[in-house]
Amino acid sequence: MAVAIFLLILVVGSVIFTFVSPWWFTDIASNWGGIDTTVLITFWVCGVVFVAVGLFMAYSTWKFRHREGARADYEPENPRLELGLTIVTAIGVVAMLAPGLLVWDDYVNPPADAQEIEVLSQQWRWSFRFPGEDGVLGTVHVKNIRSDNPFGMNPNDPAGEDDVLVAGNRVQLPVNRPYKVLLRSNDVLHDFFVPEFRAKMDAVPGMITYFWFEPTKEGDYEILCAELCGKGHYTMRGFVDIVGQEDFDAWLAAQPTWAQMKAGVTPKAYSALARRGREVAEANGCFACHSLDGSQVVGPTWQGLWGAETALADGSSITVDESYVLESVRAPAAKLVEGFAPVMIAYDAEIISDDDLAALAAFLREDTELAEASTP
Amino acid sequence: MAQAEIPYQEAMPLHHPHSWVTKYWFSQDHKVIAVQYGITAMAVGLIALLASLLMRTQIGFPGAIEWITPDRYYQAVTMHGMIMVIYLLTAFLLGSFGNYLIPLMLGARDMVFPFVNMISYHVYLLSVVILLASFFVPGGPTGAGWTLYPPQAILTGTPGADWGIITMLLSLAVFIVAFTMGGLNYITTILQARTRGMTLMRMPLSVWGIFAATVLGLLAFPALFVSAVMMILDQVIGTSFFMPAIASSFEPSASEYSGGSPLLFQHLFWFFGHPEVYIVALPAFGVVSDLISVHARKNIFGYRMMVWAIVWIGVLSFVVWAHHMYVAGMHPYFGFFFATTTLIIAVPTAIKVYNWTLTLWRANIRFTVPMLFAIAFVITFVVGGLTGLFLGNVIVDVPLSDTYFVVAHFHMVMGVSPILVIFGGIYHWYPKITGRMLNDTVGKLHFWITAVGTYVIYFPMHYLGFVGVPRRYYHNEPLGESAFYPASAELLNQGISIAAFIVGAAQLLFVYNLFVSYWRGRPAGDNPWEACSLEWRTPQTPPIHGNWSDTLPTVHRWAYDYSVPGEKEDFIPQDVPHRA
Repeated sequence: MAVAIFLLILVVGSVIFTFVSPWWFTDIASNWGGIDTTVLITFWVCGVVFVAVGLFMAYSTWKFRHREGARADYEPENPRLELGLTIVTAIGVVAMLAPGLLVWDDYVNPPADAQEIEVLSQQWRWSFRFPGEDGVLGTVHVKNIRSDNPFGMNPNDPAGEDDVLVAGNRVQLPVNRPYKVLLRSNDVLHDFFVPEFRAKMDAVPGMITYFWFEPTKEGDYEILCAELCGKGHYTMRGFVDIVGQEDFDAWLAAQPTWAQMKAGVTPKAYSALARRGREVAEANGCFACHSLDGSQVVGPTWQGLWGAETALADGSSITVDESYVLESVRAPAAKLVEGFAPVMIAYDAEIISDDDLAALAAFLREDTELAEASTP
Repeated sequence: MAQAEIPYQEAMPLHHPHSWVTKYWFSQDHKVIAVQYGITAMAVGLIALLASLLMRTQIGFPGAIEWITPDRYYQAVTMHGMIMVIYLLTAFLLGSFGNYLIPLMLGARDMVFPFVNMISYHVYLLSVVILLASFFVPGGPTGAGWTLYPPQAILTGTPGADWGIITMLLSLAVFIVAFTMGGLNYITTILQARTRGMTLMRMPLSVWGIFAATVLGLLAFPALFVSAVMMILDQVIGTSFFMPAIASSFEPSASEYSGGSPLLFQHLFWFFGHPEVYIVALPAFGVVSDLISVHARKNIFGYRMMVWAIVWIGVLSFVVWAHHMYVAGMHPYFGFFFATTTLIIAVPTAIKVYNWTLTLWRANIRFTVPMLFAIAFVITFVVGGLTGLFLGNVIVDVPLSDTYFVVAHFHMVMGVSPILVIFGGIYHWYPKITGRMLNDTVGKLHFWITAVGTYVIYFPMHYLGFVGVPRRYYHNEPLGESAFYPASAELLNQGISIAAFIVGAAQLLFVYNLFVSYWRGRPAGDNPWEACSLEWRTPQTPPIHGNWSDTLPTVHRWAYDYSVPGEKEDFIPQDVPHRA
């Protein structure tokens, strides 16, 4: 008896939960309504089967519970019933699969007028590249990647000169235009996922993957990395702002091209020690998380860091000096800056020697001092 | 070829133990080895349970325990998954149920190779020791997720990327050696050592499920073995099987890799990984069929169809692997093929569900503890199977993959479902193994908390997946401007975590029951459930080494003669001849 009631509550409760719970798909903001339709077809076919099987079990466990003197039927098989159920199941499967494959065919074949853009992923941030006026993305290779060439642009490819490079986790796209999104990764697997667009695809180092979509609603949408990519996985979020064409044009014009970025890279008058400190930072990948241009990504920016009063996660604050820098490299979690996740690995003396660390601190100090000296 | 007049093992010489060590430690008795597998798997399973409670603490109450850093969280995620799939489920269903049931159900004295069987357990134990050693190596165990995807599994941004991953891969390789020794034994025993009259189509479905799963394992595990070896080489001597050119922020030396393919690993992993789902599921299917039939006092409905469904599921399970990779960046046209094969596999699977429920129809159901677990399995498996149709249908998978929908799906279908069967099986066969019944009241309490609790944990998770909440997030709190996660979902996560703590604690009832009933349980007698299959017909309970008296039993009928019309008793054991 208890079992029958349990099964009944389970079936009825599941149905009620589906209709009254606040958790359901977000409002769609792309052309992929077809995906929602196939999800709903699957949901209803499976829902009906679940309710039917559940109620059948609830009835059977109530009706055929053991009673004194009762005896079960003896029925080894029933070929007609089994064949009938097989055919009904096959029909249900076709009803779900056929529309699903049609939409998949659409998903993997971008329209001819889809504009190509590139999403570059790395632990744990997003960057973006637009093809520029020539409409062609320049060639790239991870072997070209350095702090002054974060996208790995091929310096000898003229098609890359006008490519627009967008760092810092935030990108804009105009509404109602189809985009073919090319995905690259510098290091490990990532996955570009915006729930409101329904679309998603892994970024795989060593190859270029793609999906396409057309944004249909203006708004700011969050990018979530959906493939485990190391301990900072959950911090790898960004934004796609869907805007009107004019706003987009103005925004894009304000972003640097590869040619401009190259021209803007002017070495400051660092001392020899600070130059070595910069090499240490590059060799250890510090710039993946700490920018020099003020953009806040995984870790705090190094721009203007030296001597700054910084709020810590535990509510206290500290002035950044040599001893704080040393401690933050050796034991990053000890005095965590407020608003950042504790994901930095500790670099012990075998990875960055004490001498190298002193050089790094010198670089940080001179970078701030030279910037202050150059501003009137 | 006719069945041999004298069964293969009738006059088999047995190496009887002479000391405690050869009786309980280096034993060649399949029943002792089964218990060794079972205890080891349960012990390591408790570690996985603890890991899951750490995860739920962090997800439901982020920051409540500061000790749970991102590193430790991802390590808990990884170890929980790997232990549950390999070291608990696979080891228990095949190593424990397989070892105990095959010889007894088939009327054999022991496995065909008892010595290899003994070695198999000790190699499994070694793999567990290596696995546990990874908790103590520098950097701790790997935190790469149980799928161990490169490049991240061996790069510094992932916890345990040097020592942890190597111990993990080494342990898997050793486990596969153990499985291969056990598996060859099961297959040979099933094909060679059945007693007189035990034709293949008279075997209980438990044996069919274990048989098919073992064949799958022997064909699938080599793919995992080679990928483990290749990844160790990539990590230790710098080969590039799975490693393309990389510009890693944390490991500049990774730039020396070039030309390898991360997708190659995924194909190898899932060529093993999908059959692995059925390596766990098929023995559970078999065992639950027997439990339902015995306690419903009715023959299993459509036995022949059930056997063929097991065989077809096994065959098809080798052509569906890439449905785990729809959004992994493989050639998009693969999606058409793998979606079709995946949805076809739903047909034989649905037939099994229909036949379990039809067995309940016009039955005479005794709601014993094993039967409660069997019924809970069926409804849990229905939910998990149906959500598999979402994820198998390639385009539906696109918004749902890597969200909590996937977490809910695989926990229902290959986490909770087989564990319910393991519980049911233990309550069912414990009387034969020990000669004593498990306590019924404690058993029912354990059942209700577990069955209701797991549904409360996993059912709402599907809806978090619809929202789009990604899995494997250390926390979902806003970071900077990010605010995707609805506040109501935070509340839901707290509820799920509380349910998980209760279900986790309830498992102590089960452990308590196992211990106390061993000494205090009601004596069981030879056949407490009035079942037909041969394991209940041994001359002694618990059965002695060699199982049977001087002659092996002779089988005259299938294992499901319950409630046969015109008979006085409502069950006729397999070794009872037909009336002239």
